[in-house]
Amino acid sequence: MTGHPEARAKRASKGRVEYLLRLGDNALVLAQRSAAWVAHAPVMEEDVALANVALDLFGQAKLWLEYAGKLENGGRDADALAFHRDSGDFRNLLLVERPNGNFADTIVRGYFYDAWANLALHALARSSDEHVAAIAAKSAKETAYHLHRSEDWLIRLGDGTELSHDRAQHAVDELWRFTGEMFLGDDVDAEMTSAGIGFDPASLREAWLERIGIAFANAALAQPADDWMQRGGKQGHHSEALSYLLAEMQVLPRTYTGAQW
Amino acid sequence: MSGSKDWPLWEIFVRSENGLAHKHVGSLHAADAEMAVQHARDLYTRRNEGVSIWVVKSSDIVATDPSQNESFFEPSEDKAYRHATFYHVPEGVKHL
Repeated sequence: MTGHPEARAKRASKGRVEYLLRLGDNALVLAQRSAAWVAHAPVMEEDVALANVALDLFGQAKLWLEYAGKLENGGRDADALAFHRDSGDFRNLLLVERPNGNFADTIVRGYFYDAWANLALHALARSSDEHVAAIAAKSAKETAYHLHRSEDWLIRLGDGTELSHDRAQHAVDELWRFTGEMFLGDDVDAEMTSAGIGFDPASLREAWLERIGIAFANAALAQPADDWMQRGGKQGHHSEALSYLLAEMQVLPRTYTGAQW
Repeated sequence: MSGSKDWPLWEIFVRSENGLAHKHVGSLHAADAEMAVQHARDLYTRRNEGVSIWVVKSSDIVATDPSQNESFFEPSEDKAYRHATFYHVPEGVKHL
């Protein structure tokens, strides 16, 4: 890095803001997806369970986005970042914006993410940025339960009836191509890793595959071949699925600016 | 997937803090004990109500028969001497 110290500091903080937006947007988008199950889940008990997961993730998103807004130093708080950015400004993984589909689709999507987030948050809990470490340590406890739950359901569905097994396998096959992005680093990842703030995405892959492999074996599910993987969510290239999600999530604060509860 | 009507009913007991007994808080449907514990966690401890959960299949609970209430419970109604209210508590004794 060269140039004026102030310009250098600005660049460094831009990378960190970008990194925090990715973490926050993952949680925010998956929270919104989970929350959409409320009053639609197969049983009342799952309604509440999915709402609890959503609330945990909204809480995590708030912490990451608040910190991003603070470092950005442009007057945007967590709400401004959540409700007044367009699809192209979102930095979440493509996986979490996939539509809810049926219950198996939701469980498999959640499981792939939870297994990754569990590793990611434990890595971030050792961040040189104390604030990042604190948010990660708090979130890791919540995510450990989400993972326990989604893994349990994955095995129930995979090892359940013929119908539940077929739906779970179909979900695995459809969502697999969105898992590659979780382990694909770019300049921002490299910068955050060398600064001791973040982690190298590729370093999580082995542990993730190991966990998934054991669960698949218990669930009698077949692991798809590593074919072509989708990418680009982290850089702001999203599917139209995210646009619909944001339209629903953002309509109120955008229509009634400054609306309060 | 089968609906909750195929899932057995479970009675949920939550210990609110260490040292206290588990207390019945309600019931829910779940396919098995493990799922019942998870559902209980999500339904009954989401506002920080507990440190421990017990789940018991409702069908495993043996209860008194309401038609026998007379013979079961009424005989104790007029036996006030069974309450420990006839003792003098010496001054200075705490935790009674």
